[in-house]
Amino acid sequence: MVVACAVAGTACASRPVAAPQAVPAPADPAAHHHMPDLPATAGPGFTVADVRFMQHMIGHHAQAVRMAAMAPANGASDDVVRLARKIDISQRDEIVMMKSWLAERRQAVPDEAHSQHAMMMPGMLTDEQFARLGAARGRAFDRLFLTLMTRHHEGALQMVQELFRSPGAGQEPDIFRFATDVDADQRDELVVMERLLHAIPD
Amino acid sequence: MRDHVRTHRAATALAMAAAVQLAAIASPAFAQQDTIPTMNDPRANLRAGTGNTAGIAAKGMRLVSYTAKPAQLDSARGLAYINSDIAFRNNTVYQGNFSGFSIWNVANPARPVELSTVVCATDQADPSVYGNLLFISAESPRSRTDCGMQGVQDGKDRMRGVRIYDVSNPRTPRLIKNVQTCRGSHTHTIVPHPTDRNVIYIYVGGSSNVRDAAEVPELACSTGTVAENPNTADYRVDIIRVPLRNPEQAAVSGYARIFQGLPRPAGRGGVALNDTATGRGATGPSGCHDLTSYPAFHLVAGSCGSFGILLDVRNPERPVVTDAKSDLNFSLWHTAVFSNDAKRVVFTDEWGGGTAPRCRATDPFRLGGNTVLTIAGGKMTQHGYFKLPAAQTNTENCVSHNGGLVPVPGRDIMVQGWYQGGVNVFDFTDPTRPMEIAYFDRGPVDAQTLVMGGSWGAYYWNGYVYSSELSRGLDILELLPSEQLSRNELEAAKLARMEEYNPQMQPRITWPAAFPVVRSYLDQLVRNRGLSPARTTAIASALTRAERVRGTARRTQLNVLAAQLDRDARGAADAQRVTAMAAAVRDLARASR
Repeated sequence: MVVACAVAGTACASRPVAAPQAVPAPADPAAHHHMPDLPATAGPGFTVADVRFMQHMIGHHAQAVRMAAMAPANGASDDVVRLARKIDISQRDEIVMMKSWLAERRQAVPDEAHSQHAMMMPGMLTDEQFARLGAARGRAFDRLFLTLMTRHHEGALQMVQELFRSPGAGQEPDIFRFATDVDADQRDELVVMERLLHAIPD
Repeated sequence: MRDHVRTHRAATALAMAAAVQLAAIASPAFAQQDTIPTMNDPRANLRAGTGNTAGIAAKGMRLVSYTAKPAQLDSARGLAYINSDIAFRNNTVYQGNFSGFSIWNVANPARPVELSTVVCATDQADPSVYGNLLFISAESPRSRTDCGMQGVQDGKDRMRGVRIYDVSNPRTPRLIKNVQTCRGSHTHTIVPHPTDRNVIYIYVGGSSNVRDAAEVPELACSTGTVAENPNTADYRVDIIRVPLRNPEQAAVSGYARIFQGLPRPAGRGGVALNDTATGRGATGPSGCHDLTSYPAFHLVAGSCGSFGILLDVRNPERPVVTDAKSDLNFSLWHTAVFSNDAKRVVFTDEWGGGTAPRCRATDPFRLGGNTVLTIAGGKMTQHGYFKLPAAQTNTENCVSHNGGLVPVPGRDIMVQGWYQGGVNVFDFTDPTRPMEIAYFDRGPVDAQTLVMGGSWGAYYWNGYVYSSELSRGLDILELLPSEQLSRNELEAAKLARMEEYNPQMQPRITWPAAFPVVRSYLDQLVRNRGLSPARTTAIASALTRAERVRGTARRTQLNVLAAQLDRDARGAADAQRVTAMAAAVRDLARASR
């Protein structure tokens, strides 16, 4: 949940927040393919693919934030909680950045809670997987969280790769930097997750 | 189309160019823990402002001059025109910018003079200078071979790699070569040939995407894991060889696969977890953000993804990994600074890539800061962490960034830029307890929205601290005496003159035989009670007497003092420092004519 507030220093940070939202009811999977994508137009220095990347990555990040929020309550190990916290902080910030990027360029800004679009993105969890993660506890949670988050991160890397494959995309300094940072950060977290996953006793 | 947008907006609650900025907030799911940054600091609530109009908090430093950006680069459009790193040669400062670079004469630090500005899309444009050559890193897909600002429509026009300029006339820099690489150059590092003075090597930092092979056919750029494709341009560090007499012949001469056999979880052997959607797989770092060379010791510290890697570069074409460390707290090993004796190294963590606010009171202290490691026999041992102790707002991009040593004899002190966290100076002589001793910080560029700004890098250069400000320009600062940094120590630092200094190439510091050098050790012994007050007082008097006389008389007095210091060392709490002082006194005796 990203809360809108006029930023005045970090006053915003201490404001009470609504609890993380509940997992939405399973949608009809067939419906995803009929959902129209948000409108996107090219502009000075950026392409439609750049806009789509940002619109899609918001939903992708939002799901990672929802997954991360489960860790403390589901008995995750200290290391997994620490990783989840890092993912939570990182991806919340990035959602804000992506929304600003889109708004500044007069593009449609998706509501990250509305993740039907997101279902089409690589590495996203199905509602069923989400429910399983929500029900898991302790080591079982750690294992499932790390496995699903690994796939989720690999999906983000794939989105970055597709962006750079698109003609003319990724040239604007802001989007180039962001996409490259996503690639670097999530690649590193993949290594960390591999290590954590391996450390879970059988 | 417009109508469609409006309907859609109604349907999905779109925010279009909202006047009110959204701000990320800490999740209630996570309890606060181990955070150090405090709001109870003069830096925490400064007035916002562009240029030099923001509120300033400073301790142990003062602003000598502020110089705005040259007009051609003075645009606030996102990242396109932000300043990047700085390199130094004599009275000249080379300042990179995502859209070019500027050359400044700083003979008078109070009034830098712009010698030239080159406009050339080249993010990040991190510079290094070597004699009359200026090297500039180009990574972004918008960079063109002809320096145009219009973006790239045809891949044949794209320049990703290292640009080489002849700057023998700083008023008219001349582009003499674009050295193309497969992934471009985010940063780069000079490693001189150990014996052939006509050759330097450039290690290319960065882990950006591999370009389309058709753009530069002779490079045969390809992707994949090393197992799938032994020639992959991923998972390697490109090495450029520069013949200094014919720099136009500079070219990629090879590469180093330093990521093979890094410590992996037992039993997995570097094999990816599962089927890899990306085709590259999670097989660890694919490049280094920075490679920091220390030629005097033939060392390079690689900050490579989730690892800090120590390299022996006695043969620069074949760097050898001697150790690699990882840390769950570190997102992105980013850069390194060695202590002058190469027995310690500070590694930084650029959590959030530098564009995010990561110094808030809610951001964990061990994330996005520094860690200090000791080096012995090619192996590293991790000790303490250090992070900017002052909380910053969420409209200030802030994280640990670039810096270098402050040349105080007998101590390991680093000055560093933290983007909008400002500049700070900390002591890491005790690697377990790094401690801040000075700072300079402005308020945010903007109080409502996150506008990129702050110190990209801060370096001590021949008596002053130079800080490259992303959005504001160039700041020149001076350190002031304080309880933690004496007048003698600052005098001694000023005596360490350097001819050339690059952010990723560390020069070895030497001090001349001089009284301030000796007195620096003495001040340190008083500060840490490393020697009894009775003795430190007596030594101070002896130094004053010796300074009043000349020639043989001075030499005799100093040799007597040195012999006393040898005896003092035996019972001293800080014997090592007393011995270092004795050596400095003998140097001074030898220099007395």
